[in-house]
Amino acid sequence: MLGLNKDSIAGTIVSATLVCLVCSIFVAASAVVLKPQQVANKKLDKQINVLNVSGLYHSGVDVEEAFSKFEQKAVDLDTGEYLEGVDTSTFDIKKASRDPAMSSEIENDIAGIKRRPNYQVVYLYKEDNELQRIILPIHGYGLWSTLYGFLALEGDANTVYGISFYEHAETPGLGGEVDNPKWRSVWKGKLAYNDEGEPALGLVKGQVDASTPNAEHKVDGLAGATLTANGVTNMVTYWLGDQGYGPYLKRMQGE
Amino acid sequence: MSSSPKKVLLEPVVDNNPIALQILGVCSALAVTSQLSTALIMCLALTSVTAFSNLSISMIRNQIPSSIRIIVQMTIIASLVIVVDQVLKAYMYDVSKQLSVFVGLIITNCIVMGRAEAFAMKNPPMISFLDGIGNGLGYSLILVVVGTIRELFGSGSILGYQILHTVNAGGWYVPNGMLLLPPSAFFIIGLFIWAVRSWKPEQVEKPDYQIHHVHRTEVI
Repeated sequence: MLGLNKDSIAGTIVSATLVCLVCSIFVAASAVVLKPQQVANKKLDKQINVLNVSGLYHSGVDVEEAFSKFEQKAVDLDTGEYLEGVDTSTFDIKKASRDPAMSSEIENDIAGIKRRPNYQVVYLYKEDNELQRIILPIHGYGLWSTLYGFLALEGDANTVYGISFYEHAETPGLGGEVDNPKWRSVWKGKLAYNDEGEPALGLVKGQVDASTPNAEHKVDGLAGATLTANGVTNMVTYWLGDQGYGPYLKRMQGE
Repeated sequence: MSSSPKKVLLEPVVDNNPIALQILGVCSALAVTSQLSTALIMCLALTSVTAFSNLSISMIRNQIPSSIRIIVQMTIIASLVIVVDQVLKAYMYDVSKQLSVFVGLIITNCIVMGRAEAFAMKNPPMISFLDGIGNGLGYSLILVVVGTIRELFGSGSILGYQILHTVNAGGWYVPNGMLLLPPSAFFIIGLFIWAVRSWKPEQVEKPDYQIHHVHRTEVI
């Protein structure tokens, strides 16, 4: 190549540079060309997840149209009041958590997320002007990754309707079972708060039956994934607590 | 090393299977086989990476300085894996979410590296490409067998279609939960290796060490 001896120092450097250059062009080109498609997938996936957790997703449904029935509201996490004049459609939880102007450090960080956005975008679903579902975005650290998902409550802001995760990198087959429809269906009908108004929802080891203490708040654990299960419990406790949606949900329960 | 294209393509499927005989790439075979659909996509991803890495490494094999050849191979393999991962994220979002890190881990899959070093460095491009496809097929054979067994008996379905009606869904079949956990693939691969070696006894290695029976000598 280029009249150089390939095993000389110069030859080695030239070949290494050329290989790196060609490879980086390939990698960069594929990342750039495929980016729009990937972003569209992510958005669609998030919308499907909002529909899914609200029990409105069936195969063949027009996702855009079904999603347009949801009302998006920005909730101030400190006061629990709705914020007006916030563009909810471009809100990105990851960007917001990184931006010092939009987030603050968490004192008692049980969910392992370090920073909390000042407001979150929740999705409301109404039928005949009656609030049916409140979809709350939640995230928290599991074993390998931060899990991002939604917790759906019924109109009383206490009964769980469902849970689903749209992004995580937990072990497939173990922690990855948070995506298992059967496990997710166990959440339905559980109560988020106990009689004292404290968050009581969480996972226990093994299966929940009538003899389990506080069975109305408890969900089956994930076999072989204790750390992911703890992560989910911590995340739910955090987001239902005073630092999360606590003030907002208290206000909704009063209404 | 030069042999007929057909032999290069088909030999790795049974006679020189990367998992069953060369014992390469077992880790991902455990991780992604709890469902047949993820196993199939993984096979496709690995086969294309092996084939194209063999092809491109073989094309520049005479220009690669021997002192950095492993690094050059890794660079090419890693680039191909990133491209495959990006394509999956764009066109098969659901499956790529389930495969998560395991697509990226193809970089460390010993089959890809092993074939690059053992075959592509010494053979012309087209035959190396076929060798990559052949080894991908050998890997795929095991993944499909393991994936079919695990999904059928672990969740009662094949490619998501319910075949055995599970108790949870009101049927009769009690699924074997162990098959959904990665270690079960060890047993299935072990049984598969046993079956192949009973069929083709020439694959059985000679023992490294054998205790010799010696005549006892009387010592007073």
